[in-house]
Amino acid sequence: MEKIPILRMGDYLLVTIQVDMHDRLAMALQDDLTKRISETSAHGVLIDISSLEMVDSFIGRMLSNIAGMSRVLDAETVVVGMQPAVAITLVELGLSLPGIRTALNVDAGMELLRSSMNGI
Amino acid sequence: MVTVSTETIALTSEPDVVAVRRRVREVSAKLGFSLVDQTKVVTAASELARNTLIYGGGGTMHMETLNGPRVGLKLIFEDNGPGIPNIELALRDGYTTGTGLGLGLGGAKRLANEFSVDSRVGEGTKVMITRWK
Repeated sequence: MEKIPILRMGDYLLVTIQVDMHDRLAMALQDDLTKRISETSAHGVLIDISSLEMVDSFIGRMLSNIAGMSRVLDAETVVVGMQPAVAITLVELGLSLPGIRTALNVDAGMELLRSSMNGI
Repeated sequence: MVTVSTETIALTSEPDVVAVRRRVREVSAKLGFSLVDQTKVVTAASELARNTLIYGGGGTMHMETLNGPRVGLKLIFEDNGPGIPNIELALRDGYTTGTGLGLGLGGAKRLANEFSVDSRVGEGTKVMITRWK
């Protein structure tokens, strides 16, 4: 089955979503990621969605779920790279992704993760 | 109003929802929609295609490109599923009979310029949206 790769970099897990996900693939990512967090004791998850041309309510919910589950497993999630058109559409759709930390790009996202870990 | 082209895509499995997104993206881009408008109509199509699949048990999306005096894209989602007993309730944000967020129908309405839903219990549901360029 098709899978979205999860890379480990030190204390962090990195995910770059590069395909237009169907719902089951999004669900699989959620499961894989929580499993990897508990296996690796990662303290941060960075999800790059700069290639995503659309985030609908299902994908939005998947991102919220990942952030919530990660938090319970002692990891922070940052979603980076959302395209402006996607952001405009999401808010109009009625989703503001509560509880999700975002950053404009990977560098800013890593910085956010590092500073939140140093703050502990 | 002149209908320039029409096509129909079957919605019977999850990859079909992705196919709908891709096709609506292509056609709206070809019509000259702005990137934001493309994204809005693609997102609305994704929500409605998923509803057709999950709640309607599968169906079709019919797409019409419109021209004269205005350029637009009309999408019709049709299924022969159980129907929606209370449309007003189904349009309310946060209401769902499934496992979703309950934003699909109301969200699609907000993302479209025109919206109509015709549903008969036991017979099926037809949702129509139009987005103008």
